[in-house]
Amino acid sequence: MESNCFVLLVEVVNYLVLIICVLVGVAFVTLLERKILGYIQIRKGPNKVGYMGLFQPFSDAVKLFSKEQTMPIMSNFIIYYFCPIFSLFLSLLVWSVLPYDVGLVSFNMSILFFFCCLGMGVYSVMVAGWASNCKYSLLGSLRKVAQTISYEVSLALILLSFIVLLGGFSLELFNKYQNYIWFMFLSLPLSLIWFASCLAETNRTPFDFAEGESELVSGFNTEYSSGGFALIFMAEYSSILFMSVLFVVVFLGSNPCSLVFYLKSMFLAFVFVWVRGTLPRLRYDKLMYLAWKSFLPVSINYLFFFIGVKSLCFVLNL
Amino acid sequence: MITMFFISTLTLLICYIVMTLASLISKKTIFDREKNSPYECGFDPKGSARFPFSLRFFLIAVIFLIFDVEITLLLPLASIFNITKVFSWLFTSTLFLIILLLGLYYEWFQGALEWSK
Repeated sequence: MESNCFVLLVEVVNYLVLIICVLVGVAFVTLLERKILGYIQIRKGPNKVGYMGLFQPFSDAVKLFSKEQTMPIMSNFIIYYFCPIFSLFLSLLVWSVLPYDVGLVSFNMSILFFFCCLGMGVYSVMVAGWASNCKYSLLGSLRKVAQTISYEVSLALILLSFIVLLGGFSLELFNKYQNYIWFMFLSLPLSLIWFASCLAETNRTPFDFAEGESELVSGFNTEYSSGGFALIFMAEYSSILFMSVLFVVVFLGSNPCSLVFYLKSMFLAFVFVWVRGTLPRLRYDKLMYLAWKSFLPVSINYLFFFIGVKSLCFVLNL
Repeated sequence: MITMFFISTLTLLICYIVMTLASLISKKTIFDREKNSPYECGFDPKGSARFPFSLRFFLIAVIFLIFDVEITLLLPLASIFNITKVFSWLFTSTLFLIILLLGLYYEWFQGALEWSK
């Protein structure tokens, strides 16, 4: 009984430390994005606030929290207020599936939990847009929901190929089986499709229809300001960081207890921002064609292939 | 299981505290009529915001539902590999995937995915 309580305490404290580090990371990723976008556009990003702009996130946070929090009277206020909390909650909760060797929650079925959190994330955007009771918000959230559910299918099917190959649902298996070769070399096209689906899920250029900056005023967060806006964007950057980490776990040889893992994740986050600075936004029908006519058939056929590989490996006693 | 309960409660608490902090620290003004009405580029909002939406979104959702259910049916493939004969596993999964693929191609050529944005 006592050792049980001790294990519980250790796991919860581990998770708390992880979340605090993630939140600090999220703050600095905003600065990273602005600096990198600046240098891509041949100008410097913010560099006045601290040394080289390092205190910019703190001043952003102070600004956002002291801004006026509007209360739109035509909205359904309770769910309008609660949606950003829910989306940040999901984005932080999904970090508990990381396959550490020691003491985070040891999940038997991390991937299923990840799918669940991803699926629930659709609700927060949809309800946020609907509850705002503003035409732009509704349009933004409708488009975002259609985009997210389309890319969720190919995301799930790609992971399913690896689930079948590894024979289980736990992310720790990825850690164990990438000792000799990274999965990126086993299936380079799948990793690229996965990366594009991650961009679509986290709503980044070239798939950033939810915000549709300069297309739809501000998309689904038109009516949000101060607290709600800050939480929505913290949730978005937290999922960007998580998707980078997940890409490294699945494709680039994971071992969260090594330093190289975090360097690789940072490189992936850099690629997210790089893509934002380089590519224009897709047209909406091209986005849908890409999901349903390009990524989905390829994912299903790769699943076929991996099922064959798995039975072949078994038959040959590998 | 208990750990996940504590973890999710803790996360929800953290998020709620951040939002409440924002509400407490933020500047208050007298709520005036223009600031609270829905935004429509400066004009008064015309008509209700909750308009009927295009049918294509609904069709996308229905197609997604079908493929999501197929994914759910494909999930046990990994777990049962250890307890079935390899040939039956291979045969069943291939049959199911062929039906899925043919269904997708049929939808494609019938135009259900066309102009569905």
